[in-house]
Amino acid sequence: MKKPEPENFGAFSRRTFLKSIGTVAATAATAQVRSVAAELEKVNAEKVVGPDAVPVTLTVNGEKLKLMLEPRVTLLDALRNYSSVTGPKEGCDRAACGACTVLMDDLPVYSCQKLAIEAQDSEITTIEGLAKDGKLSPVQQAFWDKDALQCGYCTPGFIMSVTALLKFNPRPTADEVRHACAGNLCRCGTHPHIIQAALQASGAQVTSKTEVINA
Amino acid sequence: MPSWPEQTKYISHVTTRIDAPEKVTGRAHYSSDIQANGWLYGTILRSKWPAATISAINLDKALKIPGIKAAITAKDLPQNVRFYGEEIAAVCGTTKQACLDALRAIEVTAQPRQFVVHEDDAMKDGAPQVWDGRPNAAPGRPREQGSVDQAFPECAAVIEGFYTTAVQLHHPMETHGSTVSWTDEGLTAWASTQAISAARDGFAGPLKLDHSQVRVITDFMGGGFGAKLNGSVEGVLAARLSKEAKAPVRLMLTRFDEALAVGNRPSSFQKIKIGALTDGTLHAFELDNYGTPGIAGGDVNLPQPYIYRVPNTRVKQTNVAINAGASRAFRAPPHPPASYAMESAMDDLAVKLGMDPLEFRLKNDASEVRQREYKIGAEKIGWKEKYQKPGSSPGVVKTGIGCAGAAWGGGGPSRNTRGDAQINPDGSIEFRLGVQDIGTGTKTVIAVVAAEMLGLKPEQITVKVGDTNFPPGPGSGGSTTCASISPTVFDICAKALEQLQTQAGIADARGDNWFAACKKLGVTPLLVHGQWQQGDSARPLSSSPAYGVQFAEVAVDTETGQVTVKKVVGVHDCGLIVDALTLESQINGGIIMGMGYALYEERVMDDLSGVVLNPNFETYKLSGIGDVPEIELTLLNMPERGVIGIGEPATIPTAGAIANAVANAIGVRVYSLPITPAKVLAALGKVPKPVTA
Repeated sequence: MKKPEPENFGAFSRRTFLKSIGTVAATAATAQVRSVAAELEKVNAEKVVGPDAVPVTLTVNGEKLKLMLEPRVTLLDALRNYSSVTGPKEGCDRAACGACTVLMDDLPVYSCQKLAIEAQDSEITTIEGLAKDGKLSPVQQAFWDKDALQCGYCTPGFIMSVTALLKFNPRPTADEVRHACAGNLCRCGTHPHIIQAALQASGAQVTSKTEVINA
Repeated sequence: MPSWPEQTKYISHVTTRIDAPEKVTGRAHYSSDIQANGWLYGTILRSKWPAATISAINLDKALKIPGIKAAITAKDLPQNVRFYGEEIAAVCGTTKQACLDALRAIEVTAQPRQFVVHEDDAMKDGAPQVWDGRPNAAPGRPREQGSVDQAFPECAAVIEGFYTTAVQLHHPMETHGSTVSWTDEGLTAWASTQAISAARDGFAGPLKLDHSQVRVITDFMGGGFGAKLNGSVEGVLAARLSKEAKAPVRLMLTRFDEALAVGNRPSSFQKIKIGALTDGTLHAFELDNYGTPGIAGGDVNLPQPYIYRVPNTRVKQTNVAINAGASRAFRAPPHPPASYAMESAMDDLAVKLGMDPLEFRLKNDASEVRQREYKIGAEKIGWKEKYQKPGSSPGVVKTGIGCAGAAWGGGGPSRNTRGDAQINPDGSIEFRLGVQDIGTGTKTVIAVVAAEMLGLKPEQITVKVGDTNFPPGPGSGGSTTCASISPTVFDICAKALEQLQTQAGIADARGDNWFAACKKLGVTPLLVHGQWQQGDSARPLSSSPAYGVQFAEVAVDTETGQVTVKKVVGVHDCGLIVDALTLESQINGGIIMGMGYALYEERVMDDLSGVVLNPNFETYKLSGIGDVPEIELTLLNMPERGVIGIGEPATIPTAGAIANAVANAIGVRVYSLPITPAKVLAALGKVPKPVTA
């Protein structure tokens, strides 16, 4: 890949910028910038990839996915557009909605913010990988039982966030569920049932306050 | 005449959603998940000018990018664009990356024009005209009854207030879009739509195809809230790309696109004057309102004075065009802004009269249903104990409560709804209705009603919806779906039992007899056609309207201005409840969306550039799970009214209830939605009034 000239990309170059912030600061900053640039150059020299498609191997739900991807392809796009793993959804493509949440080595991540090539060394689990032998995971079952979904588009993301939470904290409080799901948005407004489902999946007793009056 | 059974096993009970297994495993395939054979990625180039004349578009460089299969202009040139984000061109290719490169390679020659993006600016003399030769402000015909000028001097108390609401964006989690395959045989679209029939016509019309050549499929869709009732520009572009590239094209909008071009709830600027007699009877009401639907749309005219009967009323409303995306129906249009402002004015007038706002409502609300709902809600939230003089809550963090009411004239049926059921000799049964499940539980409703009528279990019923090849049903708008399909399924089941009786010779084929009866069909399945029925006029199968009241309890930090909703009590009349579980989900959702309207949501336009400043979720704030209060619902099951829709009434009164609770807590009114910390602090006199639209 042709790299931009470190000293002069665009009309407003790094040099003119550094000049503008004063000599003393510039000296220190220049030294730092140069060392960072040298570092980057070294790393890039070792591992230049792209811009054309390169082989990428992902481990998704225990299976190897061998794909040819441009290095700029995100993990989310690799799953949704280059394989049939469409469970993770695109809601915003900029780390704001959480519909694309997957587990990388048990940690929940926004797959729209990971490049696929960065994810090659991790075990990736998507919503498709939670049910074992046709049996729903406790979190999936609780989402069903408690009606913790309406249109269902945000559901894969919420289920992955709750699944990750319960791995690290098997008996969370309602506030801990809220915290774990703070990075997931739901427009149908299903949140009360999501909290109930997460608590039920952890083994807690959950009761609804809704009263039906026969009028 | 037929009516719903009195004793029920499934209807009005709790049934878990029948399509939840697909949704919790990722097996549910939404429009954005369709991977048709050889599919291409499609995307749209949008105007970066809020107003311009596009004289030339050069697609050559875009077409040369490897992987790009087609590029088209959105319209014939010259094209007048009227808002930032209007469609100019579209491309499709083998990868998203190639398409993004191609968008950058398209050369557009444009002559920018003057624009205006704020309502007040648009109404000034000499403001740039959004539509040539037409003033931006289009005043409606004033509506007057009684004599307002005579009535106000007769009032014991009069208040005036200028209540405003912001433009709200729908933002369903799945954006608009579809996967479209257009070949010589016809057009198939897997569309994210709330109305498959309207979507079909939305393809057929612009593309000059027979309706019979277009098939729309919506197996699963990720929310719409009114924004997906229309035929779509993006769908037509996808179709044209598909034809040109000779391959299916998936064209889903980006979140940015979604914020610009596919609908919103209009703003409102309501100058209200309202007065009551000494005994608290409402006597005079005057409204001067203006609001913008963007370049076009509707819903600017508010049904004021909303749920109250005021003998002397004068209402003047003005539709103001600005250079912004057109409005579309948005959950209960145009009730939430009407409810917010009227209910706020009611509280302000009650304070001036020295009356308890709840008592003031009970005195003036003619609805017996709401009277009852207010009493139940007051009990649940502890109104008597918690209501205090406005602003009298001690300390820095002040608490308050408020309430508001709703009415939804919709919720009734679409009388042309039809459906089929195929009953197989092995006893399996499949219902096919040309409606769509937008997340409300439509499929589950069909299964519950069928199971009840046939003596089966809901999981024994196969339900297929979302295909224009099925018998037609209504779009999912106006809270009509449930009231349309339930009597239709009732009718199909009644006819199925009749025909099984004739063909199988079994008097009652329900329940235990079902499989034996079906077996007697031999090898040919029984196909039964049914349609919506009114039923017994005294106990109809479906009806409208719906009412509903809500109470909110808030805490307001008077140092930061932060509002926290602690609790919402909702009391809603639901007609004959079909599934209490999915109903609860929907009402929770209405309240949470209403809370967003009250506190967080606002499309912000920039005067200088004409762009939407907050077109994604990090800047356009939805209610998050951490904001959601305790919600306590009371659902009135009223079988004698038959099935009614509830999706919309549930979101109407929330903002008014929260706004009144805030005013009750801090002792001053915040006159503008959303009630942001800056506005709270300004109302308290701690900071200058924020500069807003």
